[in-house]
Amino acid sequence: MSTRDLETKPVIGLEIHVQLATRTKLFCGCPLEFGAEPNSRVCPVCLGMPGVLPVMNRTAFELAVRAATALHCDIARFTKWDRKSYYYPDLPKNYQISQYDLPFSSDGYFDVPVGETTKRVRILRVHLEEDAGKNLHDNPAVTLVDLNRTGTPLLEIVTQPDIESADEAYAFCTELQKLVTYLGVSEANMQMGHMRFEPNINVHITRDGVVYKTPIVEVKNLNSFRSVRGAVMYEIERQIQDWLADPTYTLENRGKENRGWNDTREITEFQRSKEEAHDYRYFPEPDLVPVEISEAWLAELQADIPELPLDRQQRLQDEVELSAADAATIVGDRATADLFEAAIAAGGHGITLGKQFISFWLRRAKERNTSIAGLGIDAERLGELSRLTADGTINATAAARIAEHMLDSADTPMAIAQREGLIQVKDVGQMQVWVDEAFAANAKAVQDAVSNPKKQQRARGFLTGQVMKLSAGQADPKIVGELIDKKLAELAAG
Amino acid sequence: MAALTDIRDAIRSRACSSREAVLACIEAIQACDPQLKAFVSYDGDRAIERAEEIDEQIEQGQPLGPLAGVPIAVKDNLCTSFGYTTCSSKMLEHFAAPYDAHVIQCLNAAGAVIIGKTNLDEFAMGSSTENSGLFQTKNPWDVSRVPGGSSGGSAAAVAARLVPAALGSDTGGSIRQPASFCGVTGLKPTYGRVSRYGLVAYGSSLDQIGPLAQDVRDAALLLGVIAGHDPRDSTSVQHDVPDYVAALDAPLTHVRIGVPAEYFGEGLDPEVRAAVEAALDVYRQRGAELVPVHLPHLAYAIACYYLIATAEASSNLARYDGVHYGYRSEKVTDYVDLYCASRQEGFGPEVRRRIMLGTFALSSGYYDAYYLKALKVRTLIRQDFEKAFEACDVIAGPVAPTPAFRLGEKASDPLSMYLADIYTISVNLAGLPGISIPCGRSADGLPIGLQLMGPHFGEAPLLRIAHEYQRETDWHTRTPPVCANGTKE
Repeated sequence: MSTRDLETKPVIGLEIHVQLATRTKLFCGCPLEFGAEPNSRVCPVCLGMPGVLPVMNRTAFELAVRAATALHCDIARFTKWDRKSYYYPDLPKNYQISQYDLPFSSDGYFDVPVGETTKRVRILRVHLEEDAGKNLHDNPAVTLVDLNRTGTPLLEIVTQPDIESADEAYAFCTELQKLVTYLGVSEANMQMGHMRFEPNINVHITRDGVVYKTPIVEVKNLNSFRSVRGAVMYEIERQIQDWLADPTYTLENRGKENRGWNDTREITEFQRSKEEAHDYRYFPEPDLVPVEISEAWLAELQADIPELPLDRQQRLQDEVELSAADAATIVGDRATADLFEAAIAAGGHGITLGKQFISFWLRRAKERNTSIAGLGIDAERLGELSRLTADGTINATAAARIAEHMLDSADTPMAIAQREGLIQVKDVGQMQVWVDEAFAANAKAVQDAVSNPKKQQRARGFLTGQVMKLSAGQADPKIVGELIDKKLAELAAG
Repeated sequence: MAALTDIRDAIRSRACSSREAVLACIEAIQACDPQLKAFVSYDGDRAIERAEEIDEQIEQGQPLGPLAGVPIAVKDNLCTSFGYTTCSSKMLEHFAAPYDAHVIQCLNAAGAVIIGKTNLDEFAMGSSTENSGLFQTKNPWDVSRVPGGSSGGSAAAVAARLVPAALGSDTGGSIRQPASFCGVTGLKPTYGRVSRYGLVAYGSSLDQIGPLAQDVRDAALLLGVIAGHDPRDSTSVQHDVPDYVAALDAPLTHVRIGVPAEYFGEGLDPEVRAAVEAALDVYRQRGAELVPVHLPHLAYAIACYYLIATAEASSNLARYDGVHYGYRSEKVTDYVDLYCASRQEGFGPEVRRRIMLGTFALSSGYYDAYYLKALKVRTLIRQDFEKAFEACDVIAGPVAPTPAFRLGEKASDPLSMYLADIYTISVNLAGLPGISIPCGRSADGLPIGLQLMGPHFGEAPLLRIAHEYQRETDWHTRTPPVCANGTKE
């Protein structure tokens, strides 16, 4: 039987860990530093030495509340910490401080653009917990433990199973990255492992009016958007095929299972079934006091929340008349969007600036492996360049040349234009001289432009180019075009 | 060995030097400790060096801390950056802590000279110090008997006058019960009064550090040094620390002493009952009003305690796994094996028993029936006390059902050992302060303790009322025969 006879509905929920952008760990003062010498960013507290006690990092809690608020979650006025027990060498206390039955937030949603539409994914809960260290297996004979990461604050976001495709899962994750960087909640640097994803996937298959559910598979520890998409796509297909091959392959019979993603082979691999699952023996953490959130504190935290990416994108579309795609690109990086708006505030021309961001600045930024904001050009100069272009002081070609110079010098676009002789000539008399000169020197092209319908277009373009060349690029192409058309019309009229 | 306050005053007035006081301690320890085995470790050279520093400061007229130059001992579950912090366990026998506990910093700042670290039931789990993974401590009043526990080493050392005072920790009676068995004064402060930072955790929601001393005045002096908020312990409370010593001389008017019938029921040794009732008579004669109160949930306290304490212990002791520090088994093939073998070999039987009890209580499917129910009972016990304190200032009763029992007498019967904690456990569950003061002797010459319990952060009135008894009686001045040869005045 082929899948064509079936109605299949993938049901996908996501568990996402996001590392918070605090300077120090969740329960001690050790600095968070990626790539430091192993076991150099540790103290008795995060090493789990006898007698130590955790103290909550208030900033971490505040960042977490900010993220949950942006996800439209209810913020609990009373929340507590719990211990989750399991033995692993990278977990020095052999329990993790997390939140179990009273997470600080729950019941939210996140609107994610998917293609032309918006998908609403409900959020089940968001809670805070500490990260473990890392076991290093470089040498097969020994396992080395690096505890620098131990105690890093993590936000765990759990969605409802509202996602129905790999594309939606992908969009959710990328949009979440945008959101948390916007909020300043996380640097969300994928290379540094700031975001880790665990999709829960199964498929509801309808055949002859009966609904069959495949086992729920949790794919552990994905650390790229690409692997999320790959794992979800693979799982949907695999589950349908496995069910077709064996109709007892159902949630009812098999329960839940964990699988891992093999990035090289692009497949998931079985890890363990639910029967082998840990009993985490959660209980309230007696070393920490519950957190009570006053209305005043909550109001203060919520006042700090900036305009969210989707809202900002819509506003730029409305106010600056950017296309949805261009607005999304600019809003994608908060610093870049801030720079864009600052350049407009400094007198820039919106649409022109938008075009220059997309066609020029973004390309240069990518070449240099940074963002537009990372190019280090101030808003005043960006604004000025767009304004000079829009009001005809310089033409588009000149703008590109000036921009190149701006990358290496602190001069204003106007100063560069003057120095390089790129100010557009608006003297019609001078332009007429160049037009006459070009016509005189290119009789063949003139003839084609007047009387050869096949070559008319190209000949006209050629003549324009010659005029621009004579003007060293400074003639206003619009006026030049008008003068050429007028002269050609006169010649045609004979 | 004179009392803490006397030695402090003598050093301050230059009647004796810190060095002399420390040397007297060392001599007493050398004379008596081979018999008593109260100390896990002591470092005479280090103590003398420290004493000389203090003497130098006195010489130069520098400002002095409240315990300047005074020798003191601490229970070996308090982390010190010097020596080892063993918790009397093979697991940590060679564990050198990389930091000082908050109370150790307090003692150092006050100018005290820490002379050594005392024996305990392994990880503070026990009531006789027989569970020490290192060796047994003897009761100075009768060396065939236990000193109580788990702070048995501290109690024996103070009773035998090896040190003027010591710190202990109390999770279910571990300061008060050995104080009672050894005839010294022991105070468990309100939960949150003293920072637990650096106290190796047993039952985190119950553990509290407190003083063992010769009398209430010394206990008050020592409490004043270690009490107060510490930002490193989130459960330590920002509550003013009054001058506990000055409060001892405050006028005492119309004291109401609550007497709970439940503390005088079945299982209470008649000699203990008689001594405690005689102590209540002393108060009545001094004008106190004895008020009958009820603590109806006392019967559930032991069950409640042994679920909560063991549940927390099972988690607190998970870190001792042979991976990062402490004992590591030699004969292992993989890391799961490493955990199992290291823990099996490194922990003694009582610690393993409590870890297993606690693990079971927290297990999926049993949590609601055991741990969660215990939390509810705990609330009821706390409410019992709150209600009782509406009618009285302190509650009085025995500390333990019997005087010190014989070594080995209960070692093979953990349940009867657990039952001996009946009168001390509720105070920990309710987070209240409680004090044990000597109030008599059995026919066998063994000390008997009176327990006074106060409301939250009621240490000052509690100490004041306890002090009143010691003004009227001299039980606290009696010294055991064992130190007759070792005593230095």
